[in-house]
Amino acid sequence: MSNNLLAQITRSIVDGEPDVTTELARQALDAGLEPLAIINQGLTPGMNIVGDKFATGEYFLPHLIVAASGMKQAMELLQPELRARQQTIKVAGTVVIGTVKGDIHEIGKSLVGTMLSASGFQVYDLGVDVPTEAFVAKVKETGAGLLGLSALLTTTMTVQREVIEALVEASIREQVKVMIGGAPVSQEWSDTIGADGCAEDAVGAVALARRLVS
Amino acid sequence: MMRPKLNILRDELVNQIIAEGMELLMDPGVRVHNDDALSLLADAGADVDAESQVVRIPEHIARQALETAPSDFYLYDLDGEPVVHYGDDSVQFDPGSAAITILDSETQEQRPPLTADFVKFVKLVETIPQLDAQSTAMICRDVPEGIGDLYRLYLALNYMRKPIITGAFGKDTWWTMKEMLVAVAGGEAELAARPIAVFDVCPSPPLMWSDLTCQNMIDCARNNIPSELVSMPLAGATAPVTLAGAVVQHTAECLSGVTICQLAQAGAPIVWGGSPAIFDMREGTPPMGAVETWMIDCAYAQVGKTLHLPTHAYLGMSDAKVVDAQCGLESAGGAIMAALAGLNMVSGAGMMDFESCQSYEKLVIDAEIIGMAKRLIAGIEAREEPIALTLMRELGHRADYLAQPHTLKWFSKELYIPSAVIDRGSLDGWKRKGAKNAFERATDRVNELLATYQPSPISDELRTELRAIATKAARQFGMDELPPLPED
Repeated sequence: MSNNLLAQITRSIVDGEPDVTTELARQALDAGLEPLAIINQGLTPGMNIVGDKFATGEYFLPHLIVAASGMKQAMELLQPELRARQQTIKVAGTVVIGTVKGDIHEIGKSLVGTMLSASGFQVYDLGVDVPTEAFVAKVKETGAGLLGLSALLTTTMTVQREVIEALVEASIREQVKVMIGGAPVSQEWSDTIGADGCAEDAVGAVALARRLVS
Repeated sequence: MMRPKLNILRDELVNQIIAEGMELLMDPGVRVHNDDALSLLADAGADVDAESQVVRIPEHIARQALETAPSDFYLYDLDGEPVVHYGDDSVQFDPGSAAITILDSETQEQRPPLTADFVKFVKLVETIPQLDAQSTAMICRDVPEGIGDLYRLYLALNYMRKPIITGAFGKDTWWTMKEMLVAVAGGEAELAARPIAVFDVCPSPPLMWSDLTCQNMIDCARNNIPSELVSMPLAGATAPVTLAGAVVQHTAECLSGVTICQLAQAGAPIVWGGSPAIFDMREGTPPMGAVETWMIDCAYAQVGKTLHLPTHAYLGMSDAKVVDAQCGLESAGGAIMAALAGLNMVSGAGMMDFESCQSYEKLVIDAEIIGMAKRLIAGIEAREEPIALTLMRELGHRADYLAQPHTLKWFSKELYIPSAVIDRGSLDGWKRKGAKNAFERATDRVNELLATYQPSPISDELRTELRAIATKAARQFGMDELPPLPED
């Protein structure tokens, strides 16, 4: 019965049915299953399958997004249970992301945030047109090991450099790795401004994030 | 004569799209981050929420704006001739604009454009007969980013004769750009009467206006300088994934633009344009070479024509990273669809890697595509009456048409004659000429055309004045002297 429930949870993630996932997670708790088991043996295997299907071309971005939202909904249900048991799930890392000041482009940044969340990172998404100070403050507040800076415009990519300079100014540059993204951004630009890396797309961003925190 | 014309939407669908676009102006309304526009809209009777900057525009205000917006206007070249007609089904082409890289002719790799690259590009565009206008096609990396917009225009004005499609990246730089245009036109009134430039103004999807671009549009209107709406719904990401849904969003964004523009100055010329795309569901990119992207463009063109406005689209581009088969097929598909849709200005020639990269070689290949597209919409005419009876009876069963005066008289009107970029020779002939591929032939063509460039008609005094205007702006961004203009 319990194994069956976990398999169904995995299935519901793969099938992209967030409400079903949440409902099954509730049933699993009622049946006495441990929240960690639900996460590690139900949700995460589902996300892994979705990731594999995306990599082979069977799944597309909307599948990724809906799977991630199923994961997120279920986690909202499970977090209080974890806290009640004084348990924590191992996060891959803590990331602050946002689109830099003067730039309101959201899609790429949000996609990266969603993918990082679904890959086990704790993500603080500050949104778009984020003031440089806000990045610095959030990194300080959360102790994040990673900062993702998005810029779509050639006119705003220079702000990525300003944020890095502000981190140095605030003496926290050493504690946080900076990854940059956006259409005009290149490895060359990353090197120029002293970032720790850049990625071509959301899938690449997850790989980069894993590399940077390892 | 019946001209080939693509009407991709049923009339009822056009009407429904317009109706839904009008309804979106009321609910959820348009978010306008510009105080000038908000007060114009409030004064006209729209409901403005000061805190959220969301404005609900009643249909009658938008309808009134459609009444005062001109259905057509002309752009003039520097000789004062009306050479570009925005209106009816006139179809004209200009290069894609604001590329952040140039495809290096030697390495075939993308690199940041410099002054010499853009000057060469402007000269090349002047010599390409298929192109009707210039554009500020790339952003030079050898000047501060703060003057990236006006510096392109400064360079172009030194070398061009054709009118230009441009755009500003700042609220203040627009005024410097206007100052240069006024200098070239010979006065404010002259520029308003004979516009030589159009400014692109871009709403942000979905249903938003940034402060900068909205102000550019208002300033254009108040100075009677044409502006061109570049609405860019990204179907499935920033807009509905259904093609019709994306067109509804485009309609609403453009209606809001026309409304703000006409409230700023009734009668100011404004173009129903855009650069929409679908959203690639694997890569998360905006493919300009996708058939559905072209379909959205053709559909909104039909909506714009129904509303009696001049039209524009970014079409004829490719997502390819090198000038290859994908590059050719995507550029051709878009350009031919655009021509069939009767789009007044089609921006995109030379552009690849979405809207990132410009290429001289692609530009001259695209010129051939444009030549063919223009030939296509010129249609098929009877030419003579009867069409062929007299001639064919005269010749009977002799295959001697090549020698007939009829052939000499009509062939150059009937046939589009491509340049040597297009290979139509025999295999042996092709080998004898070096067995060159399209890119290599395009390279030859670029050099051949550049050799024919004729300097622009502006005086040395005017050149000095333009440089002074641009230099003044550059100094505000920490550059004391602009890079020298390339020799010859």
